[in-house]
Amino acid sequence: MSSNQQKKQTNVSSVIEFKSSTFFAPILILFDNDIAAIELALQEKIQQAPEFFKNSPLIIDVSESNKLDCAINIADIANVLRKIGLFPVGIRGGNGQQNTQARALFIPIDTARTAGSKISDENTQKQSSVNKPSEPEKEIIEEPVVTPQSTPEPTTETTLITQPVRSGQRIYASGDLIIMSQVSAGAEIMAEGNIHVYNTLRGRALAGVQGKTDARIFCLDLQAELISIAGDYKIYEDLNKQISKKPVQIYLKDHALIIQEII
Amino acid sequence: MARIIVVTSGKGGVGKTTTSAAIAMGLAKKGHKTAIIDFDVGLRNLDLIMGCERRVVYDFINVINGEASISQALIRDKNCNLLYILPASQTRDKDALSKEGVGRVLEELSQEFKYIVCDSPAGIEKGANLALYYADDAFVVTNPEISSVRDSDRMLGLLSSKSRRAERNEEPIKEYLLLTRYDPSRVKSGEMLALDDVQEILSLQLLGIVPESKSVLTASNAGIPVILDEKSEAGQAYEDIVARYLGEERPHRFIDGKRGFLKMLFGGRS
Ligand SMILES: Nc1ncnc2c1ncn2[C@@H]1O[C@H](COP(=O)(O)OP(=O)(O)OP(=O)(O)O)[C@@H](O)[C@H]1O
Ligand SMILES: [Mg+2]
Repeated sequence: MSSNQQKKQTNVSSVIEFKSSTFFAPILILFDNDIAAIELALQEKIQQAPEFFKNSPLIIDVSESNKLDCAINIADIANVLRKIGLFPVGIRGGNGQQNTQARALFIPIDTARTAGSKISDENTQKQSSVNKPSEPEKEIIEEPVVTPQSTPEPTTETTLITQPVRSGQRIYASGDLIIMSQVSAGAEIMAEGNIHVYNTLRGRALAGVQGKTDARIFCLDLQAELISIAGDYKIYEDLNKQISKKPVQIYLKDHALIIQEII
Repeated sequence: MARIIVVTSGKGGVGKTTTSAAIAMGLAKKGHKTAIIDFDVGLRNLDLIMGCERRVVYDFINVINGEASISQALIRDKNCNLLYILPASQTRDKDALSKEGVGRVLEELSQEFKYIVCDSPAGIEKGANLALYYADDAFVVTNPEISSVRDSDRMLGLLSSKSRRAERNEEPIKEYLLLTRYDPSRVKSGEMLALDDVQEILSLQLLGIVPESKSVLTASNAGIPVILDEKSEAGQAYEDIVARYLGEERPHRFIDGKRGFLKMLFGGRS
């Protein structure tokens, strides 16, 4: 036994390593505790963009529903989420009982922002509860191209990417994001500010991910799987195919994405 | 120092092992001492294609675990004495591979060899990740179909972010496209993507197009890399690929049916 222990001791420093990282997960804001209705709404959303939601980690935000006196049972909602292929990885805005339920399910409690959750657009309607597929929480970037800054303050810093952004890669910029190369289908680029793509945009592009509604997306050829500004989005099916192969800009007007040719 | 080439694809069955065997043989025939490593632990078939399956004593995992030395495990090719094969284990599982172990083996091989060709398994799991981790060059093998192109794109993402070069912020891995099993008649009929379609998505330096060819199967059944079948189109395509990789400029062939058709016409006359 002692030799075993000794062996353990010599290896102990090499068995683990801590690396600083951030974790990305969309937030699901609940406005009701009607499980069946939530499930239905989720299924609808997922059908629109199955790739987007597939196996996605998710943070459950119950602060809104609690305000409306519709405290939901965490076990119930976690069940529904897992059933449809989503992974709840955190809860925020829960009351004491909900936090206890979460703990029992090994779902971490996000206390940092529990008090006043950082939803910038107050007038978000019920409909758009899942409309924020990619509000950056802490992010995990599968294949980081850019290491995101963890400073929460808005920054004007611009991130410049010169290589192609390939399928499976995610980029998060805390300011503006400029990409000189193509963005492949299956790639995801996100910025708190504007996004410029000086090539073909085939993946997902999400600008203004912290709620900046005047953020814009620019690209030379729009074939995106999804475009989103401040949580409002359009998927490829909804895009007018006429505008492909032309430089366009995308901006938000009264919660609708406007796609406009740049002459 | 050796140049480490990973032959990779993401998608399975697109021709990685065929390609690995062919280019390793091609490099060796050009006078470069070359080693080829099978990273497909549990599913080895490189040794079949190289025709050395009956001479396997030790394998890659044995070397990693220190149960055999590299020179004990390396098998000298029967057709070319500058080519050596490090076979995969059929009996272990992938977890036997470790980043550190693979690094040690590559380091040692680098002392002696000019090129090391790593035949990657399909997928984006551990084996594929380890095969690409130490690479200097990547041969991205792609078939002209959308799922293969998508997987190659995914692989390119991993190459540019999950390799040692990426981690160390060194010059990125050089990426080359090899479009294999290309069938111009099926491209014409719209069943397959054309070269241009593939390039629109991947935009990579094209090293060569390998046409769909029966000689590939014949060669692999005989345990001889197809590049040694100099009469076959696939053999010639791989020969071009090796030459281009080594810096020679050669026009691309086998892109459309015309050439083959013309050759048929004029070849018959002369
Ligand atoms: N140019 C070609 N023409 C015809 N058949 C081919 C060609 N290239 C490969 N093949 C055939 O395709 C099959 C798969 O080839 P190979 O084993 O080289 O692929 P792989 O990518 O290594 O597969 P895996 O992902 O399983 O390792 C084999 O039967 C091979 O003979
Ligand atoms: Mg293979």
